[in-house]
Amino acid sequence: MHIDEIKNGLVLDHIKAGKAMEIYRFLDLGSLNCPVAIIQNASSRKMGKKDIIKIDGVLDIDCNILAPICPDITLNVIKDGVRVEKRALELPLEIKDIIKCKNPRCITTTEQELPHIFRLRKTKESIYRCLYCEARAEL
Amino acid sequence: MRSLIDILDLKTEEIDELIARADDIIEHPEAYRDICRYKKLATLFFEPSTRTRLSFEAAMYELGGQVLGFSEAASSSSAKGESVSDTVRAVSCYADIIAMRHPKEGAPLVASMAASIPVINAGDGGHNHPTQTLTDLLTIHRTKGHFDNLVVGLCGDLKFGRTVHSLITALSRYSGIKFVLISPEELRLPDYVKQDVLTEKGLDWEETTSLEDAMPKLDILYMTRVQRERFFNEEDYLRLRDSYILTPEKLQTAKKDLTIMHPLPRVNEISTAVDTDPRACYFQQVLFGKYIRMALILKLLEL
Ligand SMILES: [Zn+2]
Repeated sequence: MHIDEIKNGLVLDHIKAGKAMEIYRFLDLGSLNCPVAIIQNASSRKMGKKDIIKIDGVLDIDCNILAPICPDITLNVIKDGVRVEKRALELPLEIKDIIKCKNPRCITTTEQELPHIFRLRKTKESIYRCLYCEARAEL
Repeated sequence: MRSLIDILDLKTEEIDELIARADDIIEHPEAYRDICRYKKLATLFFEPSTRTRLSFEAAMYELGGQVLGFSEAASSSSAKGESVSDTVRAVSCYADIIAMRHPKEGAPLVASMAASIPVINAGDGGHNHPTQTLTDLLTIHRTKGHFDNLVVGLCGDLKFGRTVHSLITALSRYSGIKFVLISPEELRLPDYVKQDVLTEKGLDWEETTSLEDAMPKLDILYMTRVQRERFFNEEDYLRLRDSYILTPEKLQTAKKDLTIMHPLPRVNEISTAVDTDPRACYFQQVLFGKYIRMALILKLLEL
């Protein structure tokens, strides 16, 4: 794959340098049956250094779940070789089973089958709180 | 079917409704004597809290209902490793409503998601205790007749005292309330409560370390316990403790119609010499706790 020549796919730009592999694992991109390119430490006018992930052949990945952990990402949608959309990620209202509650007094520490759910409480400061104990998520 | 997990689950109109119902129960107790006949309250207390459990049980008995349950985890199925969800699913088959106390934060919410009957949070660790807050609100309303434009002094441990945080949150929805936060520096109200509640709602508040200075302004004085284990050393504790003990001397400059409250149990933060002062309302508060729980049970059972 020539990394600049995506036909139909997604480009995650402005990933904080060093975070690409974490995001790769997070989105479970290894399980996709399509080419994925990771560019690390690319130079960026805005960020100094940045990582980029290019995914060729898949459009329906919910990238918004990355917003709480890597809010600077820009998502580019490529169709027929043309960029049709460029946007910042939106904070999801709820994140489920992505991070765990770290409050030792939370019910999720003793009942392990419970889903770990955090809800967006303050959009401006991207504050998420545990559904059960309201502890603030450490992102 | 509804549950009460957090005081903010209730709109202010619903709180007004509960208070009106409690007032009616106080005035016409005979009209409520049989209203919960054949209904059962399950008190699931995964940690002991005799005071709260007795209040719920007395409330249900006074409505003509019955009570079943357990008062500590050792005698419950959770000791055998059963999940909260499974326990309440089973209890839903026996009872009509649950009052649940649990040491883990969020356990009553988990219960309410699994149960097919209403769940009342009777305290989850240091997290929520909405019936305590309802008790406090009824006490204020019974003694003052309204919530608006009151000067509310909160004294003692404002840092760890969750009853205080949730009372502030509940009162912040009324207009013209002013808070006077009285505590040692070490036990001041946390910044997130100040920011999320006081600043966000544009409320008037002040902070002081002196109970004496604050006294003349107050309409309500809510005392809490200053616990030894919150201090690094015994010396600080002993020095500070005494400045937050309420005595008849400190009350000399107080308003004639001050309402003195305390969530109980008290240790020594209110001198027993204050008990006979007509402004002392903390034992009445216990009685109001039963009435507001009666009103709540009726609301959740839609009776
Ligand atoms: Zn939690």
